[in-house]
Amino acid sequence: MPTIAPVDVDGFVVRAGFLKTTVFFASGEGDITLSGEGEKKLRPHKAGLLAAEPLKDGTGLITSGDDGCLYRCGSDASVELVAERPRKWIDLIATGPSGAVAFACGRVAWARLGDGREKEFTHERAVGGLAFAPKGARLAVSRYDGATLWWAGTDGPPTEFSWKGAHLGVSFSPDGKFLVTAMQENALHGWRLSDAQDMRMSGYPAKVKSFSWSYKGKFLATSGANAAILWPFQGKTGPMGQSPLQLGARTDLLVSAVACHPKEDVVAIGYQDGSVSMCRFGDKAEVHLRRPGNSPVSTMDWDADGVRLAFGTEGGEAGIISLQD
Amino acid sequence: MTATQDAQAQIPVTVLTGYLGAGKTTLLNRILSENHGQRYAVIVNEFGEVGIDNDLLVESDEEIFEMNNGCICCTVRGDLIRTVQNLMKRKGAFDAIIVETTGVADPAPVAQTFFMDDDVRASARLDAVVAVVDARHVLQRLEDTEEAEDQVAFADVILINKTDLVTPEELATVEARIRSINPYAVLHRSERCGIEIAKVLDRGAFDLDRILSLDPHFLEHGHAAHECGPDCDHDHDHDHHHDHGHDHHHHHHDDAPHSVKSISLRAGDLNPDMFFPWISQVTQVQGPNILRLKGILSFKDDPQRYVIQGVHMIVEGDHQRDWKEGEPRESRLVFIGRDLNWDVLKQSFQACAA
Repeated sequence: MPTIAPVDVDGFVVRAGFLKTTVFFASGEGDITLSGEGEKKLRPHKAGLLAAEPLKDGTGLITSGDDGCLYRCGSDASVELVAERPRKWIDLIATGPSGAVAFACGRVAWARLGDGREKEFTHERAVGGLAFAPKGARLAVSRYDGATLWWAGTDGPPTEFSWKGAHLGVSFSPDGKFLVTAMQENALHGWRLSDAQDMRMSGYPAKVKSFSWSYKGKFLATSGANAAILWPFQGKTGPMGQSPLQLGARTDLLVSAVACHPKEDVVAIGYQDGSVSMCRFGDKAEVHLRRPGNSPVSTMDWDADGVRLAFGTEGGEAGIISLQD
Repeated sequence: MTATQDAQAQIPVTVLTGYLGAGKTTLLNRILSENHGQRYAVIVNEFGEVGIDNDLLVESDEEIFEMNNGCICCTVRGDLIRTVQNLMKRKGAFDAIIVETTGVADPAPVAQTFFMDDDVRASARLDAVVAVVDARHVLQRLEDTEEAEDQVAFADVILINKTDLVTPEELATVEARIRSINPYAVLHRSERCGIEIAKVLDRGAFDLDRILSLDPHFLEHGHAAHECGPDCDHDHDHDHHHDHGHDHHHHHHDDAPHSVKSISLRAGDLNPDMFFPWISQVTQVQGPNILRLKGILSFKDDPQRYVIQGVHMIVEGDHQRDWKEGEPRESRLVFIGRDLNWDVLKQSFQACAA
């Protein structure tokens, strides 16, 4: 039987997840709660926290706030200033292999590599989202009318991908063959990187704000509909001409967050009413993990073993769901 | 959830427009420094001379998002969507949001953002568009630029600032010119933006329930559409102002280089089966020319008044309250816009009569 351990968090949970075995909850009010052996609270930013993203190796959490600062918080409660852009609201962060970090504010994005080298990338329009390629050499910046692939560490010319409209969140498929963006319109857009072939994934009643690649990158799970929508990415053509899996469907309730299991063909689904479920791809079997709460699930993430799921809501409810006793 | 609960959960947003030098920053500084017990998050286009240190003061570069093939009715401000979402991560830290626009900004995408983006709409509601104009320069601005005219046409509240720099006659001319563009906004006069904050903030101008409370004479104005607008400034003598309006009507209306006009239509009971397809068609076809629309409607056999408001193609309507005993059941609809054909609109509106 899954069990829930509630964690006391004040304010909108911007990001919940794991630093190795320590669970973290980053709140918009500025508090970072670390729950491992005992509970610790950090408050690196002067005021609010806008974004948080764990480093890929789980050694730290990168956070940004409305004080223009970027911090690295360790599971030992250490805090280190990584970068500062006075008076800017840094609201986008991405992390990549070998300690790489990218962040953006307005029309400018910065990539900071593990060795401390920093590069600045300026765009004509605001940066909508950031993602490192799985191997880390390239940084994708989604923007108005498309996306730009920069070389994060070298000076090669960028590659541009065009599609009319405002592109927000962005993500690489784990095999690095596809780039997918969530748009201001209720749709996803994708490009096959080898030939810039466009893919349009539409039919959502709401904006897609959460995406997660399944084990081995077979599916891309997304929020924004009254079921988790999973687009197949196995073949060479990705989801083109195929219809998506729909899991955990509800008649009148939108999915607000998704997190694919790290080892199984299973997705955790968070809903607008605060409830959380887990669905298996093959037979669509569903296990309810959390009853409705006070507000939409805003963030979820699994630990590396896939036995614990951290979640948080817009209204400040948070907890750890354990699949094992 | 009921509509009232929704309205309470939504943070009110005031949009501040006005040409460079009109006094927006002075007003903003006044709002931020006065002791009124309210906490404001302020979105400015540049920090410039906002002299207040506030961690909820954010600079935002205007980012116009065109949707649906670039129709102006579907443009929104991408930066506002993002900033509002960021602010909602600290919901407890402020009571209201003020958006300052650049001097040349078109107010429509700002307003449309609060209707067209579902996330923004769920968390914030447009309270009013406030235009600050400089009494000494506004006439010239209106001659020179369409943006200045748009700002006046779009406003719910217009603050005529720097009145100490003009003669009473010049001020009367300014007011008449503003009225000729927008007869339905509430006008205030000020020197150095010295105005009671309550007259500018929390107006509920887009709130269907309060559309009329801003202008109790809405139904009583008996002026034909092509005339200069009636006076709505309750601080001043009614008849006196009417005279001014008419005096200056001929100077400024016909000579105006741009063409914003207000059109007011009246009818008795309407047939909803005729009216809704009609308003939908009018706003679909003429949306780009319609800056604002407001109305109170009486549907046949319906005991309640129906109120309606719109921006370009966006139209919202709802039942407001029962018609009072003895209250004349009448339908009134006002359009402020460019190149609207009064005769066609009038005839087709009247064809919706029950």
